[in-house]
Amino acid sequence: MTVMSFLGAIGAAQREAMEADPRVIIMGEDVEANVYGTMGGKSRADKGDFLQMFGSDRIRNTPISEEVMVGAAAGAAMTGLRPIVDLSYSSFLYMAMDQFVNQVAKNRYMFGGQASLPVVFRSAMFYGLNTGAHHSDRPYPMFMNVPGLKIMVPATPTDAKGLLRTAIDMDDPVLSFEACLLWGLKEDVDEGEFRIPFGVARTVRAGTDVTIVAISTGVHVALQAAAKLEAEGISVEIIDPRTMVPLDSEAILNAVARTGRLVIVDPAHTTCGAAAEISAIVAEKAFDCLKAPIMRVTTPDTQIPFSPAIEKQLYPDAAKTIDAVRKVMAGRSRGAA
Amino acid sequence: MTRPNDLLLEMQRRMLRIRRFDERASKMVKRGEIPGTVHTSIGQEAQVVGSCMALADGDYMTGNHRSHGHPIGKGAALGPLMAELVGKANGVCGGKGGSMHLADFKVGSLGESGIVGSSIPIATGAALSAKVLRNGRVSLAFFGDGAANQGCLYEAMNMSSVWGLPIVFLCENNQYALSTPAHTVTAGVIATRAAGFNMPGIRVEDGQDVLKVYDAVKTATDRARAGLGPSLVEVVTYRFNEHSEGLRIATDYRNPAEKEAWLKRDPVKMFRTYLEEQGVADAAMLDAMEAEVMAEVDASVQFAEDSPYPELSVAFKDLYTVPFGVTQ
Ligand SMILES: Cc1ncc(C[n+]2csc(CCOP(=O)(O)OP(=O)(O)O)c2C)c(N)n1
Ligand SMILES: [Mg+2]
Repeated sequence: MTVMSFLGAIGAAQREAMEADPRVIIMGEDVEANVYGTMGGKSRADKGDFLQMFGSDRIRNTPISEEVMVGAAAGAAMTGLRPIVDLSYSSFLYMAMDQFVNQVAKNRYMFGGQASLPVVFRSAMFYGLNTGAHHSDRPYPMFMNVPGLKIMVPATPTDAKGLLRTAIDMDDPVLSFEACLLWGLKEDVDEGEFRIPFGVARTVRAGTDVTIVAISTGVHVALQAAAKLEAEGISVEIIDPRTMVPLDSEAILNAVARTGRLVIVDPAHTTCGAAAEISAIVAEKAFDCLKAPIMRVTTPDTQIPFSPAIEKQLYPDAAKTIDAVRKVMAGRSRGAA
Repeated sequence: MTRPNDLLLEMQRRMLRIRRFDERASKMVKRGEIPGTVHTSIGQEAQVVGSCMALADGDYMTGNHRSHGHPIGKGAALGPLMAELVGKANGVCGGKGGSMHLADFKVGSLGESGIVGSSIPIATGAALSAKVLRNGRVSLAFFGDGAANQGCLYEAMNMSSVWGLPIVFLCENNQYALSTPAHTVTAGVIATRAAGFNMPGIRVEDGQDVLKVYDAVKTATDRARAGLGPSLVEVVTYRFNEHSEGLRIATDYRNPAEKEAWLKRDPVKMFRTYLEEQGVADAAMLDAMEAEVMAEVDASVQFAEDSPYPELSVAFKDLYTVPFGVTQ
């Protein structure tokens, strides 16, 4: 075990995979200079060490051309490479929407299984950092609507390392959504090789009164809320799905069967968000277990403003989560949290 | 350029395959035997085959909605292609692709795209893997004059050029994108756009001559294989049929005189004459080839007829390498 930051864990998983398999390459804007710090190196002094270790054939700076970057990674994956694409900000995925939806997600299916696409698309969700509406997106729910893609949303350094390694080794296309607010988060992580399976939720905290399903930074929000609620005598269970596709709905349903109450903390927008999907699954399959309506703690359906005076209040936080938990504990609830 | 006789004969055979296959497909659409829509390459056979024959067997290729000619030109077996067109289980894509999305990985056909221009980045990625894996392969992206106005082409040309990728961007300029004349929506000459990306741009003015196409594309593939990077080749040609079979467009967007002039320049007939004149083959040999190709097409239709339709469960297959979620 060694202390690793979230960012360091991403670097470690990529390094491991690059060392294990010469078919793994990294491509993206500014990856040579390791601008975002995910390409190895514990400090600025180590900048660029992936380039030294693996060479310019495998560490490829791309032009600012997201469409061809994504499509070329798909084409390379169909013909023998295992690319990792660093798209930097999640908001830039939209530039390549055609390639994601029409090529990456459909090619294996449409061609009757002739192709597999072992490719990972990493991007950072920069929300909460006063970068304005063009850099603050949390777009994983949009991609949950596209069959053929897999989606990981790690909330801890351990999960980031283990899930990313699995993603790189996997023969299906994976989108990794990494919250920038978590980059500096540190914990003890196994420096050896390990893999965390997709579709297996993690019980972050055991509890008996209410289940919170929490996504990405939502996990940390839920932990804060749970600690406060414990003082009030409310026992909160927290479940982190870790991957949105595949989604461990069984773990969620089992949890709801135990506690009878569900709050979902999801930093994406409310409408058609991940929380909406989880709510629907639970309403369809575990309605009889519910002692109270399901509550969603999400980002309201507005764009993200720049001013620090009005940005952070929009995202799920401990106060809103506590409020939602209190409402479900009261057995009935009205309105959004 | 060395062009041995068997290469010339193979060119004619593949052009004939495309012609007869597409003629049959057109009939089948009209009879309701092929569901959906079909875009034929009739009239463009020289452009397709000249390009494909300049590729090696292991080379990669992507294409577009006008899709049958590309895999046939690359040497794909006709049976699974025809079975795909009718939506059968033995179709090359198991019945999940259909006319616009043929792919035959056995011959390097990485897939045709129903989204105009969208497969160009895929071909670029195949060229990237060829370069990184050093396997000596070349990639070719077919796209129309209409697709030449998609932004992803220029992203791909730029990135291929700076990375020195072994790729040929092959513009099939049949002078129309559906009903839109190319010159009304396209600034300048497509081939000259290559200059902006520091790569050769070749324009084949007579795309009905398979040898002219072959020579131009061969120059580009040789260059790519030698590690000298990408090229853009624009081939001027003409589609003889409507944009898609069964489509009726009220306005006569193609001038009748123009159409007539191009119909006279039938690439399959022209090359047959050439082969006879050059003494590569006599009429009897070429008639025999015609009969063989006709039999192949008949057999492909029979193969399609004999194939079962896919089970509904197939609709849930091949989304992921290991299925999960809804699987039936
Ligand atoms: C992105 C996109 N836009 C529009 C269409 C509809 N469409 C299909 S084919 C076509 C014309 C394409 O022209 P061109 O690229 O010249 O190919 P051609 O049909 O002439 O071979 C159009 C507009 C499409 N399939 N994809
Ligand atoms: Mg055209």
